[in-house]
Order: sequence, then structure tokens, then C-alpha cells
Amino acid sequence: MSALSLLPARRSVPGVFVALTLTLTIGWLVVLLDGGQLFNQSTTVSLLHVAAGLGLVAVGQTLVILGGSLDLSVAYVISLSTLVAAETMNGSDGAVLPAIGLVLVVSAGVGLLNGLLVTRFRVNAFIATLGVGLLLKGYLDNGYDGPAGTTAPSLVQALGYQRIGPVPVSFLLLIAVTAAAWFALSRTRFGHHLVAVGGDPEVARLSGVRNDRVLVTAHVLCSMCAGLAGIYLASRLGSGAPRVGTEGLYDLESIAAVVIGGTALAGGRGGVIGTVGGVLLLASIDAIFNQLEVDAFFKQVIRGVIIIAAVAVYARRAMRKAA
Amino acid sequence: MQTVQPRSLPLRLPRVRPGGVLPILAILAVLLVLVGIRQPDFLAPQSLMSFLGRSAPIILLAAGQYFVIVSGEFDLSVGSLVTAQVVVAARLIDSDPARTWPVVLLLLAFGALVGLVNGLITTRLRVPSFITTLGMFLILVGAVYLWSDGAPKGGLSEEFRRFGRRAFEDVPLLGRVPYALLVLVVLAVAAVLLMRSDFGRTLVAVGDNPRTAELSGVRVWRTRTFAFILSGLAAAVAAILLGGYSGVSFQAGAGLEFGAITAVVLGGVALGGGRGAVVGAMLGALTLELLFALMNFYGVSGALRSTVQGGIILLAVAVSATRSSSR
Repeated sequence: MSALSLLPARRSVPGVFVALTLTLTIGWLVVLLDGGQLFNQSTTVSLLHVAAGLGLVAVGQTLVILGGSLDLSVAYVISLSTLVAAETMNGSDGAVLPAIGLVLVVSAGVGLLNGLLVTRFRVNAFIATLGVGLLLKGYLDNGYDGPAGTTAPSLVQALGYQRIGPVPVSFLLLIAVTAAAWFALSRTRFGHHLVAVGGDPEVARLSGVRNDRVLVTAHVLCSMCAGLAGIYLASRLGSGAPRVGTEGLYDLESIAAVVIGGTALAGGRGGVIGTVGGVLLLASIDAIFNQLEVDAFFKQVIRGVIIIAAVAVYARRAMRKAA
Repeated sequence: MQTVQPRSLPLRLPRVRPGGVLPILAILAVLLVLVGIRQPDFLAPQSLMSFLGRSAPIILLAAGQYFVIVSGEFDLSVGSLVTAQVVVAARLIDSDPARTWPVVLLLLAFGALVGLVNGLITTRLRVPSFITTLGMFLILVGAVYLWSDGAPKGGLSEEFRRFGRRAFEDVPLLGRVPYALLVLVVLAVAAVLLMRSDFGRTLVAVGDNPRTAELSGVRVWRTRTFAFILSGLAAAVAAILLGGYSGVSFQAGAGLEFGAITAVVLGGVALGGGRGAVVGAMLGALTLELLFALMNFYGVSGALRSTVQGGIILLAVAVSATRSSSR
């Protein structure tokens, strides 16, 4: 593990984009032979919609993983956020901004709790965020049996379905959030400190980085990204959904996307651009299989294989570089 | 997990009392007293025996998870493995009693095989176990749905189900002793003996510091792979007991991996490896089950179970972490 952190912090072109191009080319050919068309309007739009939801969560997840932590509570934060958004709006367009604000405050609060548990109370991130996730799960299970609240029609229109050409507004939101995260990681002090903490917390601390503050910030940002994903899902579904986060496996899938994107699970190495590549790869496989009408369960099997294979390839490359 | 804070661990180690089971025993005792106050009947041998029998699967899973965690890895695939085993058993047995034993053997072999694959991918291909076993989780769930077209088929034979639901009747003093409890006791003793053997010490050494272990001649990959196999076997036994007790469903093993990890951590075992006792892990599982029983007696809504579970874990881990770091 220690050999890995000696590698350069950023790679020029993450390998995931090579895999993505290959997947799309092969997928396009196979779908063509099958008599279909991979890149028509509706498949492209639905691919980008899938990518937008998972992408928002995964970009946030990238930040905490870079810092050597991780967040298993995002799925519940998403569910909670759809409910907070939809119930605050309650179908009125005037309440959109307060609702978004409230979602961001609530999710930031959850992130703060995660961050403090990990730093101040020194709880292992896995256990801390799992525990916080369970707290939220109990609240959701206890309070909600099914969909609740109504998302404001204007937000459903704008964020849920509006698009420019084949590109949904939600995907533009993902691009904006990714750009902001990229800027924060590569051009600000916070970003450099975060990567340093993830690479070697002891060295970072001795070099004067305030590890705790940096990690708490990363956790808050991660939860807020999950909150944004919740707002997006509420605008897609038209109401709050207490199980949408867990049913979509957003916790594990977001971690998988981050790792496929070339970020080391141990922290200190990787970036958000790769993560978006990972998200697009997962979404493309989804789209290709949908076109070929492959069984949904088979899709999941392939997904598992791809996740393991992708990481094995990275591990192999890292070993060769270290040798 | 070894991946989260790998380098700070050795620094913190000397300050921590290694893997004591006293805290978890104390919590267990408090819970027993609380249960005793509310529901004195529960402490009668009869109901206590059946409670222990019911808890056997999760206790075994915790023991299996312990082997993997103490060696510095994770096994997130056990819940889906239990589901897969139960569904596979039902379809293969198809209510034919003659197929019971072959299928039991097959399940054990299947569990060991999944563990072997997890172990080899993690150690030989250097994929973090979090990702390996997460991928395995997706593969197993997808494969089992695919294989059964979305609904469980066949049925378990009565011979298969007796492991999980039958008991020795009229035992002096104890009353009714479930088969599951017997299985649990035998395997628990085996687990303790295993941890006292050379293998057990090697396993802890590997989790404590894989590099030193490697340099002192331990084949780290072999030891860790064996830990994964043990976890797969534990999942197989747990599946046989669970299938017998509660029948066939796609939800048979849902969430058990997190339950087992929680139990292990509650039992004072450090994520990241090298610290903690297998007895602690099993007591942790028992404590968790007792906590749920207690909530039942106090009429706490089932939906709030996870909130209480989450709160307890955070509290237990935070208290032990702050205590050990302030010394």
C-alpha cells in the first residue's frame, strides 16, 4: 500500500476513458448487428439521466475517498433529501428555493455528523457512516410507508425533464458540480490538503495540515452532493421516495464508480474526472444491455464482474509501476 | 479496514489494550438484567435455549467475518451468499428428502468456493477486498435471481429444515435444546481452538502487519485466502440453519453482512485487523440479537430497530476509540 502513494497524484488520461470508448464502440456495433441503434435520441437521453443521478453522488464520494475515508450513508441521505424536498415544496412553485436550501442544510448536517464521528471520535469511517445510515434508515422506515409530498411542477419541468438537444439539464448540473469539484481539488488549498491527508495522514499532519477540518469539509461536501442527487430524483419522480436511495444501491454503486474511475480506495490518488468516466461506463453498459434486452439480473452479474476486473487492472498497473 | 487508515494503525497500536472481551461481556450483562426485569420468563432455560438457537446463524456469520476482519480484510458478500445458498438448496432439493445430504455437502463446497474466489482475487490480483466482495455480492444476487427467473422455486425437505427448526426434546435441566444450538457450540469451540493454533496466531499477525508477517516467512496470501474460505463456510452453515428456521426467500440473507460486521466491531475487534478475539465477535452478535429481543419486549417499533442499532454501534465504537486514544 505504501508504494502506491508514491505514485504521481494525477494521471494524464484516466484509463477508464479508454474502456468507455471501447465499450461504446463495441456496444454500438453489437446493437447495430442486433438491428438496433445505440445512439438514438431516447437511449442517449436516458443514459445521461442515469449518469446524472449516480454521478452527483459519485463526485461527492470521490472527495471523501480521496481523503482516505468513505461514505456508506449516501443512499439514505438521498432518500431523505427527496422527502425533504418534496414535502417542503408540496407542489408549490414558490417553495422551490427554500426546499433546495433546506435539503442542502439537512444533508450538510448529516455530513458534519459523519465527519465529526470520523475525526473527533476516531470512529472507523466504514462503521461511522454505516451507523449514521442506520439512524436515518430507522427514521425513514418509521415515518414513511411510501411516496410522500409533491415536487413543484416547475422543478420537475426544469431539472427532471428539460433538456438541450439530447443533453438533460440534470447532466449539465453534473458537469457543473464536477467542474467545481475538479477546481477545488486541483487549484485550491483544500484540494491539495485533502489529497495529502488521504495519501499519508501522519505526514500531512506534520506538514501543518489540519486533517480533521479537511476531512469534515469533505464529508459535508459529499453529503451535499447526495442531497443534490436527492433533489434531482425528487424532480424525476415527482414526489419524495423513502427507499429510492437504497433500491438504487447508490451507496455501493457510487463507491464502485469512484474506484472504476481510478481513485484508490485507500485515498490520496485519483480525481473526479475519472469518476465521471466510471459513472458513464456503468451507465453505458446499462444502456447497451437495455438495447439488447438483456435480462436485468444478468446485467447485475456483468456489473459485478466489471467492477472487480477494472480494479484488478488498476492494481496490476500500479504494481508494475511500483516495481 | 486496512484501506482507510493503513498507516496510522501501527502508531496507535501500543496504546490500545488488545482485543479484550470484558466490555462486551459488561454490555451483555446489562442487557440481560434489563430483559430479566421486563420479561423474567425469557431467562428460563427453555426460552433462553431457543433464543440461542435462533441467534446461531448470525453468531456463526460473525465468527466467519471475524477471521476475515482480523486478517485485515472485509467480506461484504456473506449476506448475498446466504440468500444464494437458501435459494439454490430449495431448487436442488425440490422437496425430495433423498437429496438432503448431497445438497448440504454441495452448499458447503459452494460456500468454500465463493470464499476461495474472494480470497484469490483479493490477494493475488490485489483488488481491495471491499471491492472484491462487493462485486461478488452483485454477482451472487444477480445470478440467483437469473437462475430462478425472479421467484424462488422448489422447496426444502423436512430433513433439511430440521437443522434449523428441530430440537432435542426433554433434555434434563435445559428442556429443549435446538439442533442449531448444538451446531453453534461445536463450531464455536472449533473456532476458538483454531484461533489458539498456529494458524490463528498467524492470522492475527497478518492482520496486524502483513509486511512483518511476510518477512517472517508467512505466506500472507494463503492465510488470508483461507480466512475468506472460512467465512464462506460459515455463510453456508448459517444458510442451512436460516433456511430451516425461516424458509426460502430472496430476503433470507439481506443485510446480514452489515449485521455481522457490526457484531464483530461491537465485540472489540478492530477493523483493519490484528486485534480482537473470536469470542468477542460471537458475543457481539449475541448482544445485538439480545438488543433486538429487548426492543421487542419494550414495544419499540420494528422500524426503529435500525436507528437503535446505529446509535448503539456509534456509541460503543466512539467510546472505545476515544478511551483508547486518550491514554
